[in-house]
Amino acid sequence: MTTATKHDPPTAEATSVRTDELAALLVAGERPPRPSALSASLTFGWRAMVKIKHVPEQLFDVTAFPIMMVMMYTYLFGGALAGSTSEYLQFLLPGILVMSVVMITMYTGIAVNTDIEKGVFDRFRTLPIWRPAPMVGYLLGDVLRYVMASAVMLGIGLIMGFRPEGGLLGVLSGVALLLVFSFSFSWIWTMFGLLLRSEKSVMGVSMMVLFPLTFGSNIFVEPKTMPGWLQAFVNNSPVTHLAAAVRDLMAGNWPAEHLFWALLWSGALLAIFAPVTMRLYNRK
Amino acid sequence: MSAPQHDPAIETSGLVKVFGESRAVDGIDLSVPAGTVFGVLGPNGAGKTTTVKMLATLLRPDGGEARVFGHDVAREADAVRSRVSLTGQYASVDEDLTGTENLYLLARLLGHRKPGAYARASELLEAFGLTEAAGRQVKNYSGGMRRRIDIAASILNTPDLLFLDEPTTGLDPRSRNQVWDIVRAIVAQGTTVMLTTQYLDEADQLASRIAVIDQGKVIAEGTKGELKASVGAGTVHLRLRDEAERETARSILAHTLDAHVQLEADPLALTARVEGDAGVDDASGAEQASRALAELASAGIIVDTFALGQPSLDEVFLALTDQPPGGSTTLDTSTDTSTEEIAS
Repeated sequence: MTTATKHDPPTAEATSVRTDELAALLVAGERPPRPSALSASLTFGWRAMVKIKHVPEQLFDVTAFPIMMVMMYTYLFGGALAGSTSEYLQFLLPGILVMSVVMITMYTGIAVNTDIEKGVFDRFRTLPIWRPAPMVGYLLGDVLRYVMASAVMLGIGLIMGFRPEGGLLGVLSGVALLLVFSFSFSWIWTMFGLLLRSEKSVMGVSMMVLFPLTFGSNIFVEPKTMPGWLQAFVNNSPVTHLAAAVRDLMAGNWPAEHLFWALLWSGALLAIFAPVTMRLYNRK
Repeated sequence: MSAPQHDPAIETSGLVKVFGESRAVDGIDLSVPAGTVFGVLGPNGAGKTTTVKMLATLLRPDGGEARVFGHDVAREADAVRSRVSLTGQYASVDEDLTGTENLYLLARLLGHRKPGAYARASELLEAFGLTEAAGRQVKNYSGGMRRRIDIAASILNTPDLLFLDEPTTGLDPRSRNQVWDIVRAIVAQGTTVMLTTQYLDEADQLASRIAVIDQGKVIAEGTKGELKASVGAGTVHLRLRDEAERETARSILAHTLDAHVQLEADPLALTARVEGDAGVDDASGAEQASRALAELASAGIIVDTFALGQPSLDEVFLALTDQPPGGSTTLDTSTDTSTEEIAS
């Protein structure tokens, strides 16, 4: 009697493994057909959403950070650069939107790197699914973050006096272009996320790429004041074309040339870094 | 299962993986028949995890060949992936997600539709005793619970071959027994299991065939019985009432068993190996031991405890490498661990 009670305390019973049920599950388990590429990618996108739900602090970079950027640059430099802050805001806001979103793309690399360090990546890699699905999933989740960042910045911009002449359509097409570019650009970070060994090094490399790329553009000032060699870089930078295109779209113009270059850069980035990422992913 | 019976679950020849200077896996030949539990036993850094990772398509072999159900792991990785599941050394689930969300995610990725995926997730959580923890993030799970959710994730679709990489490392005895129960239940349904472990009793408990790996090489392979036969039929452990009688007891045992008798660190204890004739089963060992016990009794020596055991795998390891497991590789462990880190 005593041994029986010793062996089966009621608490242990509640959490114990039920091998009979388990056996039934193993037999019953039908193997469904493998999911389509789209379905697998969307499932990984769903995972990114759920992670936002569980760790809402990670939205800090798409809420507080962009607000800070808009306010800081408008009030700090507006007067000095454009004579008045409200004048400057019309010029600056689309650019600062581009800069903030391009900057937060780097979190994709950090997310990839963190997953590798935890074991979950190995699980994904042993699944018989479309290989790029986990990467596309990260980026889909991130696109949502970019949308949030854009909405927050445009909201605060409107409060501060930003009046886009392109109207709703102009603003939406500007944001759409920004999302397309960011999606393509993020493949650089998935590559670094796979390539580099720690979160810190991903962060370090990101800064090295992002600072020259975003500041070395026409976001804050017209390149005319810069020395010739710098103008050559700035005028051909993808971020310059993107910022100019977004600015024009929001102002109600049709920036054919900048639009062409921004889309060409997007295509080129995707064509180069997506295959490199997948190669690293398969070899890892 | 749909597995063609003539194909072994795993077949490797001359499998090699090199990390920089060190040959983590240095020419491994294995053949694992379908439907069995194959134990891979070895100390830390022996190359167990690297071998499993190659077989589960996570690492590309640098040399040799490996086939899983007849499919080459490098050239037909997708075919292999649809038949196998891996439970890694660390929990290979998303710690930020809850138990339900993790299983739902993987069920969807395996092609289940939404309602089916939820149903499967909750059934598995129930069977693994995790229903109460289903809504909690995995990072708040205990070690044993993590291990169970991890195994649950591996059998969402009943795999034909399941890799369990050190499934009980760091678990308390109760959680370890639960994992063992789960493994036995999975095996009973026909899944082939490859189990790596550094715990000798674990391989003893679960596996039918065992390969002993050290420094990237298979140093012994066979059934449990075959491995043990290379050491002896069994071991007699004795604990006497009186310390002073140990010497006498030793000579009596040495005489009756015709074996080397070892004095333990405990001043009351002795251990003797029962040799048993080649090809003779354990009964002869038991017979010899009982005869020895009678001799001791007639000499007036009081035996407090007595145990006759099959030789433990510790002893097998000792006999095979001339060094105790772990002890032999204290020097290598550090370097091998670092290469494994680079690998992962």
